[in-house]
Amino acid sequence: MLAPIIELEQLHFSWHDRQPVLDIPALTIAAGERVFIHGPSGCGKSSLLNIIGGINTPQQGNVRLLGQNINQQGSAWRDRFRADHIGLIFQQFNLLPYLGVTDNVLLPCRFSAPRHQRAISRYGSLERAASHLLSQLGIAKTLFNRPVTELSIGQQQRVAAARALIGSPELVIADEPTSALDSDSRNAFLQLLIDECDQAASTLLFVSHDNTLQHNFSRVICLSQLNQLKEAS
Amino acid sequence: MNTVAMLAWQSMKNRRLTAIMTILAIAVSVTLLLGVEKLRTGAKVSFSNTISGTDLIVGARSGSVQMLLYSVFRIGNATNNIGWQSYQDIAANPKVNWTIPISLGDSHRGYRVLGTNTDYFKHYKYGRNRQLQFSAGRQFNSLYDVVLGAEVAKKLGYQLQQSLVIGHGIGNTSFSKHQDQPFNVVGILKPTGTPLDRTLHVSLAAIEAIHTDWQSGAYIAGSGGDLPIEASQLQPTAITAVLVGLKSKMAIFGLQRSINNYRSEALQAILPGVALQELWAMISIAEKMLLVISSFVVATGLFGMLTVLLTSLNERRREMAILRAVGARPWQIFLLLMIETAGLTLAGILLAIVMLYGGLAITMPLIESQFGLFLELSWLSSYELRLLVVVFVGGALCGLVPGYRAYRNSVSDGMTVRV
Repeated sequence: MLAPIIELEQLHFSWHDRQPVLDIPALTIAAGERVFIHGPSGCGKSSLLNIIGGINTPQQGNVRLLGQNINQQGSAWRDRFRADHIGLIFQQFNLLPYLGVTDNVLLPCRFSAPRHQRAISRYGSLERAASHLLSQLGIAKTLFNRPVTELSIGQQQRVAAARALIGSPELVIADEPTSALDSDSRNAFLQLLIDECDQAASTLLFVSHDNTLQHNFSRVICLSQLNQLKEAS
Repeated sequence: MNTVAMLAWQSMKNRRLTAIMTILAIAVSVTLLLGVEKLRTGAKVSFSNTISGTDLIVGARSGSVQMLLYSVFRIGNATNNIGWQSYQDIAANPKVNWTIPISLGDSHRGYRVLGTNTDYFKHYKYGRNRQLQFSAGRQFNSLYDVVLGAEVAKKLGYQLQQSLVIGHGIGNTSFSKHQDQPFNVVGILKPTGTPLDRTLHVSLAAIEAIHTDWQSGAYIAGSGGDLPIEASQLQPTAITAVLVGLKSKMAIFGLQRSINNYRSEALQAILPGVALQELWAMISIAEKMLLVISSFVVATGLFGMLTVLLTSLNERRREMAILRAVGARPWQIFLLLMIETAGLTLAGILLAIVMLYGGLAITMPLIESQFGLFLELSWLSSYELRLLVVVFVGGALCGLVPGYRAYRNSVSDGMTVRV
C-alpha cells in the first residue's frame, strides 16, 4: 500500500464554543486513492474539508497530511502547505471574473513556487501547462483568452478543475463540483477529473451528496457513519 | 507582491466605473485643495509685486491697510485728502530722494483715473524693481493727455490719439461725466501684472481742470470762471497720497515719525511692506479657514473611497475566498486592499495635478481680467507637495480599514463562502 496522504486520529472539532461538529476516531487515505465522501447536509462535510485544508484546526486529535502534522503548525505555514500541496474545486463560481481563462488556471502557480516549478518541469512553460490541462478537460483553444464570464457553468467547472490540477498537487479536493451541472455533463466532468488526477498522480477527495456518482470511485466514505457524533446526524 | 499588484489592477479594472468615480471624487477634492493653495500664494505674490522701491506712503490719517489698499491697489477710497502744502513740505525734505503725488477719485468706464506727475513714470517700480515701460506712445505732456494701463487699452480697444471722457466718481455707470473736456490717448503702458494695468494716468493739472466747473459734486457750467482753462492756475489744492522714495533706507523711521507728527495736518506715513504684512495677518484667518474647508473636502473624498471599498468587500468575499483557495495568504488579501486604496489615491492625486494645471491654464485669463490676479504657472511648491504627501498617506491609511476587514473575513471564511 502506498504511503498515507491523509491521516486523522481522534479528531474532535467544534465551531468556537458551540456544539461539537466532528468526532472521527480514525481515517486514513492513501496516496492515489479516489475517495468519494457523502452524507446529508449538516454532517460536517465542509468542516472536515476546512480541517484538511488547514483553514480550521481541531480542538483535539491529529491531522497529518503527507506525513506532516499540520495542526501543530501556525496558520501561515498551513496556508503555504495548502497552496503547495492541495488543489481545490468548489460547487460553483470558482473563477475570478476579472481574469481570463488561462490566468485563472495559472493562479496557484503565482502563489506557490513548488507548483510553479512542477508545472514548468512537466510541460516546459506555464502557458503550455495550462493549455495542456485545458485541452485535456475539453476547453477549446479559442476560449483560452476569453473572460471566464463568457463560459457556461460546465466549462467554468472544467477550468476550475484545470486550476486545481496545475502544478500537480498531491491532493485534489472537490467540494460538490457537479451540483450545478446536468447529469450528462456531470458524468463527463467526473470522468475528465479522474483521468487528470491519474495523469498528475494526485489523490482525489470528492465530496457530494449525489450517490449515483460513487461507482466511479475506489473508496466511498459515508461521513455520517464515520462521524461518531450523535447530534450531527 | 507582483501577483497581488496585478490582481489589484485587474480587479479594479473589472470595477472600473466605481474606481473611476472614486478617483474623480478624490481628484476634484485635491484639485480644490491645490487650487485654493495656488490662489492664496498667487494672490500674495501678486500683491507683493505691485509696489517696490517705495519707502513710505503718505496720506491722510487712517488705517495703514486702508491706505495701502486705496493708494496702491485701487481698492476702496481715501477718507480724506492731504493738502498741497503738506506735499510740498515732504518733497522738500532733504532726506527725500523722490516723490510721486497721486490723486484718485475719478474713473473711466469702471477703470480708475490716477492724477500724478511725470515722476510717476520715472520712479514707480513694481515686481523686482522694474520700471514702467511704454508699449506705445509716451508719457503725458499737455493738459488733456492720458496714458493708459495695458488692460484698459486692450479691453476697451483704445489706441493712440483716441479721445475719451472721464466720469466723475468711480463706478462703471457714472451718470455725471466730464463731457466738456475730452482726453487724448498719448501713451499705453506695457503689462505689469498689477492694478496699474487697470488705471488711466493723467496729470494733476488735468484732475484740477476737469473739476473747475464743479461745485459740491455737481457740474455747473461756467461756475469755475470764464477764463480759458489752459490759462487758469491749475495748482491742485489737495491730493490723495504721496509715494516717497528716500535717499537712505536708514532715514525711513525718522521721517515716518516726523510725518506722523506733522503739525498743520493729520498725516500718516506707512511702510508698504509692513502694511502688507498687516494685510496678510488680517486675511490669514480667512486663509486658514479656506485650507480647513478644502481639507475637509479632501477628507470627504477619501471617506467616499472608504465607503465604496467597504461596500464592495461583501460582494468580493467570494473573490477573496477563491484567492485564499489558490494559495493567497491573509496578509496578501490585506495587501491587495492596501494597494487598491493607495492606487486610487495616487491616481486621484495625479489627476488632480492635471486638472489643476488644466484649470489654471483655462481660468488664468479669466482670473486675471476679473480679479486682476496674476497667477504664475509654477510647479508645485514644496508645501503643496507636502500637502499631497499627507493626502496620499491619509488615503493609503484608509486602506487599513477595508484591508483589516478583508483580512478578518478571509481568515474566518477560509475557502468556503457563506454569502
